[in-house]
Amino acid sequence: MGTENVPTNLHIDNFIMQSTTLILILLVLMAVAFQLGCRRAYNLPGLGCICDLHSLPVYHGFYTAIWCGVPALLLLGVWSSVQTPIVINLLMDDLPVMMTAGLSQAELSLVLNDIRNLAYGNITSGEVSRELMAVADHYNQLQQTGLAVQSVMVILLALITTALGWRFISPELRARNKVESVLRWLLLISSTIAILCTLGIIFAVLFESVRFFEMVPLTDFLFGLQWSPQIAIRADQVGSSGAFGAIPLFAGTLLISFIAMLVAVPVGLMAAIYLSEYASQRLRTYAKPLLEILAGIPTVVYGFFAALIVAPMIRDSAAQFGVDASSESALAAGLVMGIMLIPFISSLSDDVINAVPQALRDASYALGATRSETIRQVVIPAALPGIVGGVLLAASRAIGETMIVVMAAGLSANLTANPLDSVTTVTVQIVTLLVGDQEFDSPKTLAAFALGLLLFLVTLVLNVIALRVVRKYREVYE
Amino acid sequence: MIVERTAPAEEMFQVIHANFGSTVGDLTVAEPRMTARNVNVHYADKHAIIDVSLDIGCHEVIALIGPSGCGKSTFLRCLNRMNDTIESCRVSGEIRLDGQDIYDKNLDVVPLRARVGMVFQKPNPFPKSIYDNVAYGPRIHGLAESQTALDEMVEDSLRRAGLWDEVKDRLQQPGTGLSGGQQQRLCIARTIAVSPEVILMDEPCSALDPIATAKIEELIDELRQNFTIAIVTHSMQQAARVSQRTGYFHLGRLIEVGKTDEIFTNPQHKLTEDYITGRFG
Amino acid sequence: MADRPITTLDKVNASLARRYAKERRFRRAGLMAIATGLLFVLLLFTSIISNGYSAFWQTHVKLDITFNAEQLGIGDARDFETLSSADYAALIRTSLKKIFPEVRDRKERRKLYKMISTGAPLLLREILISDPTLVGSHHAIWLPADDDIDMLVKGQIDRTQPEDARRLNNQVIGWVDRLTENGVVEQQFNTTFFTAGDSREPELAGIGGAITGSLYALLVTLLLAFPIGVATAIYLEEFAPKNRWTDLIEININNLAAVPSIVFGLLGLALFINIVGLPRSAPLVGGLVLTLMTLPTIIIASRAALKSVPPSIREAAMGIGASKMQTVFHHVLPQALPGMLTGTIIGMAQALGETAPLLMIGMVAFVVDIPGGPLDPSTALPVQIFLWADSPERAFVERTSAAIMVLLAFLISMNLLAVLLRKKFERRW
Repeated sequence: MGTENVPTNLHIDNFIMQSTTLILILLVLMAVAFQLGCRRAYNLPGLGCICDLHSLPVYHGFYTAIWCGVPALLLLGVWSSVQTPIVINLLMDDLPVMMTAGLSQAELSLVLNDIRNLAYGNITSGEVSRELMAVADHYNQLQQTGLAVQSVMVILLALITTALGWRFISPELRARNKVESVLRWLLLISSTIAILCTLGIIFAVLFESVRFFEMVPLTDFLFGLQWSPQIAIRADQVGSSGAFGAIPLFAGTLLISFIAMLVAVPVGLMAAIYLSEYASQRLRTYAKPLLEILAGIPTVVYGFFAALIVAPMIRDSAAQFGVDASSESALAAGLVMGIMLIPFISSLSDDVINAVPQALRDASYALGATRSETIRQVVIPAALPGIVGGVLLAASRAIGETMIVVMAAGLSANLTANPLDSVTTVTVQIVTLLVGDQEFDSPKTLAAFALGLLLFLVTLVLNVIALRVVRKYREVYE
Repeated sequence: MIVERTAPAEEMFQVIHANFGSTVGDLTVAEPRMTARNVNVHYADKHAIIDVSLDIGCHEVIALIGPSGCGKSTFLRCLNRMNDTIESCRVSGEIRLDGQDIYDKNLDVVPLRARVGMVFQKPNPFPKSIYDNVAYGPRIHGLAESQTALDEMVEDSLRRAGLWDEVKDRLQQPGTGLSGGQQQRLCIARTIAVSPEVILMDEPCSALDPIATAKIEELIDELRQNFTIAIVTHSMQQAARVSQRTGYFHLGRLIEVGKTDEIFTNPQHKLTEDYITGRFG
Repeated sequence: MADRPITTLDKVNASLARRYAKERRFRRAGLMAIATGLLFVLLLFTSIISNGYSAFWQTHVKLDITFNAEQLGIGDARDFETLSSADYAALIRTSLKKIFPEVRDRKERRKLYKMISTGAPLLLREILISDPTLVGSHHAIWLPADDDIDMLVKGQIDRTQPEDARRLNNQVIGWVDRLTENGVVEQQFNTTFFTAGDSREPELAGIGGAITGSLYALLVTLLLAFPIGVATAIYLEEFAPKNRWTDLIEININNLAAVPSIVFGLLGLALFINIVGLPRSAPLVGGLVLTLMTLPTIIIASRAALKSVPPSIREAAMGIGASKMQTVFHHVLPQALPGMLTGTIIGMAQALGETAPLLMIGMVAFVVDIPGGPLDPSTALPVQIFLWADSPERAFVERTSAAIMVLLAFLISMNLLAVLLRKKFERRW
C-alpha cells in the first residue's frame, strides 16, 4: 500500500488540466461577451432611451454570455468523453497486422492495455517489443493531437456563437425571458442529480453484482453458511473458488445491530421522555446539546474508542467471571454503535413526543393520572408510529455502519449468537474485499458489490417504510 | 357613558361584598361543594384572573359566560389544578373542595383530579379503543377489582353518557373513529367512569353541530342528579338551557353572578347587560 | 368508621403509594438514561484527551554536533548534490560516542544510536543545506528522540515491569536517565505532528498531509455541493410543479440521506474510477463522492430556509411586476441564504468526518508526501486516524488520539460557526 503502488495516470491528468484551463478561458470569454452584449444593447442604432428595450441591457449581456459559454462547454464535454474511444479505434486500424493476427477479443484488449500502460509510463505485463513501443508512442501522439484540436475547436466555437448572439441583440429581443428559461433549465438539471445519483448507485452496484452472480449462483450467496473469499489463491486448490455464503455475515450484522439497538432504544427513548416531559428548562438547555455532541462525532472516533477502550474492558471483565471473550467481541462493537445511536433515537423520539397534542395529556391528567401513567399509557402509544419509524431509521443506520465494525469487530465469519464471540459484518467484508488490490474479474472483488447491493436494498426498504410511517404520523397530528 | 352608569352600581356592591372583590349578586350558596375566595392567576407577567370569589353548590350546574379571553376557562382549570401543567402559571387565593384547601402544599393532585373531572373544548379521545378510553381512569386508579367489574363500569359510564347503544357493538374500535359528538360523549363517559364529585366542562359543545350539542345538553341535565357541574360556554342560550346559576366574567374579573333566569332577564351590571343583549362578545 | 361504605376516593387513596413508587421509578429511569448518555460523552472525551494530549509534545535530546567534512564524506564540495547525500548519521554517532565513551560493544552501540530518531539526520541535512558555511563549526542542536525514548520520558513505559517485558532494557533506561541528569532531554512542542505527512516512525509522522488531503476534498465538495444543492432546493421549492416527478425527486432525496455511506463509496469506485477513469486515492474523487453524500443535507436545509421566507415577500415582489426568477433571486434567496449556509457548514462537517467511502476509492494509502493538488494521491484526516489506529506502537496510539482531538476541534468549530450564523441571522416573521 505504498505511494509507488498508486498508478499516476498521466493521461487523465492531462485531460483534467486541459479541461480546467479551457473552462477558465471560457469564463474569461463569457465575461467579455457579457460586456459586449451590454454595450451593444446600450448603443443599438436608433435607440432613443433604454426603456425602448424589451429587457434591461444586463440581460442582453447575460444572453450573449450564454451564447458564448453553453455551446462551447457542451462541445468540451462531448469531446472529452469520446476522444479516447476514437483514438483507440484509430489505433486498432493502424496496428501492425502481425500484432493482431490470430488474437481473440480478450487477447486484443490485453495488448491494448499494455499499450496504454506503456504510454502512461507504467509497467506492462509482458516483454516490451520495439513495435509495441512505437504503437505506444503513436497512441500518445494521437491523444496529444486530439487535445490540441479540442482546445482550438472549443475556443473557435465560443467566438463564433458569441458573434451570433451579439448579432441577435435588438430592442425587441426578449433577452430576460430567454436568460430566465436557460436558468430554469439549469435549476431543473441540478434537481435531477439526486435521481441520477440513486440510479448511479443502482446501476454501478447491479452491474458488478450481475457479473458476480454469473460466477457464484444467487442461492449459494443468499443461503450458504460458509464465507471464506480469501481461500481463492490457486486454481488447483481445494475450494479454490472460495465460499461465498453470506448467511454468517447477515447473522453477524444482525447480532451487532441488535446489541446496538438494545443499548440505544431504551437509553435514547428514556432520555427523550425525561427531557421533554420532566426536565427543567435549565437541564434541557445543557443536557440536550451535550447529548447531541454524540451525534456529531465521526464514526472513526467511535471505532477507535471501541477498539482501544471498550473491547479490552469487556475482555477483562469477562475474564473476571472466568468467561472467555474475544478481543474483537460483537458486544464491544454493538455497545459503541449503540452509544452512537443514542442521540439519533432521542432526537427523533423527542420530535414525535412533542408532536403529541397537549390535549391528550390534559385529558389524562384531568382523570387524575400521574405523569408516568400519562406518558406510558397515553403519550407513548400515541407517538408509537413515529417512534417505530425512528427506530427503523436507526436500525438502517446500524446495519450500514462501517467504521465501528471495521475497527472493532473481527474478520472471521463465525455463525454464532454469543455476543462475546468475534463476528463479521457485511460492511466489514466490503471494506476488506475492496481495500488493497482489486481485480474486477475475480469473484472476490465482485462479491463486495453483491454485498453492497444487498446492503442498499435492505436499507432502502427500511428507510422507505420508516419515512412513510413518520410522514403518516405527522399528518395525523398536523 | 359606560363609566357614568357603572360607577354607582360598583360602589354599591363594593359596600356589600367588600371582602370578595367587586362581584355583583350573591356568590354564595347554602350547600357549597367548592368555594373559591380571592383567586388570582398570573401567566408570566399577565394577570389573567383578578380577585375572583365564587361558590359552586352540590348538584347544580353553574355556567360561566363571558367574552373570549376573559379568564373563564382559566378559572375553571384552577378548580382541579390543571394549570399546574403550565409552567409560567401562578395561582394565589383559596379554593376549597368540601372544605379542604386544594392548593394546600400537602394535597395530592391525583386524588383531587379523580374527584374533580374535566371535559375539554375539543373532544380528545385517546388513540385507543372505545373500551380502553373509558376503562383508562378506573384502571389507573385501581377502581375495579375484576374484569367483570371493569366491564360493568365501562357499560354503566357509557350508558350514563348516552353512548352505549351507539357503540356497544364496536367497543374495540378506536375512539378516534367516532363522530365529533360521539367523541365528546365518550370523553364525558371517560370522566364519569372515575365517579368524580365535580365535572368541569370547558366549552364542551363549541366543536359540535347543533344536534350533537342538543344531546350533550340533555346529558348535562341528567348528570346533574349525581354530579356537580361547572360549564364554561360561549353560548348564552346554552347557559340558559342547562344551568341553574350563571357567572359573568369580564377581563379576568367575575362581574356578576346569580340565578340563571335572573341574570338573563334582569342583569344588574351594565357590562353583563351589554354582553347579554349582544352589544359585544 | 368501619361500617362506612368504601368510596371511590378510598380506592384511589389505597393505590396511591404504589402508583407514586412507580412514578419515582420511571422518573429515575429517565434520569439514569440522561446520565448514561452524558457519562458516555465524558468517557469518550476523557479517554481520548488523556491518551492524546501528550502527543503535542515530543522528547528532544540536545547533542553537540560538529559538522565535520571528513565524517560527512563531502571533502571540499559544497554543492547541493553532495550535501544531500552526505552521511549525517555519522555526526550523531560521533556525538553520542562522546557522551557514552564506555559503550564499546557493537550491539550496545547500535542500541545507543537508536535512541535518536531516524529522522534526525534529515534535520541536520536541512540545516547544512540552508547554510553550507556551517561545515567545520560546532553546535548544540535539539534532535527528536526515538518514539520508545519519547514514551519512556512521558512515563508510558513501566519501569517496574520485568526487563524482558518492556520495550527498553535497563541499560538504555540508564542512558536516558544520565542524559536527563545532564539536562539535555526536554519535551518540546511537536511541530512535526502538524506539518509532516505519514511515516513508519511515530516521531516523524504527522497529520499535515492528511489535513491537506481533507481540505482539497472539502474544497471540491463545497464548490460542487453548494451550488447544486441550492439550485435543486430553489427548483423544488419555487418552480417545480407538484406532480409525480417532483414527488419522486423528494422521496429520492430523503432516501439518499439515509443510504449507508459505504454504498456511496462503491458508487465512487465503480463510476469515477472504473468508468470515468479518474485516478485512485485522489482528493478530487473523494470530493466528488462526498458531494453526492452531502447533497441531501444541503438540499433539505436549503428547502427549509426557503420555506421559512413568508409568501408575502414573494407576493410583494410579484405585485410590482418582477418576474418569478427576479422575485426568487432578488428577494427570497437573500433572505434564505443564511439558513442555506448553516446547512452547508453542517454538511461539510459531516463530510469532514466521513471515512468509509474514502476507503473504497483508495484514499487509504500510505502517503508520505504532502499532496500538492486535488489529483495527487492523498489520505484524509479521518482515514489517517483509521490507519494509525491499526498500529500497535504506544506512540501511535497517542498520535491517533491527538489526531482525533484535531478532527474534533475542526468539527466543533464548524458546528459552532453554524450555530452562531443561525443566531445572528435568525429572524422572526
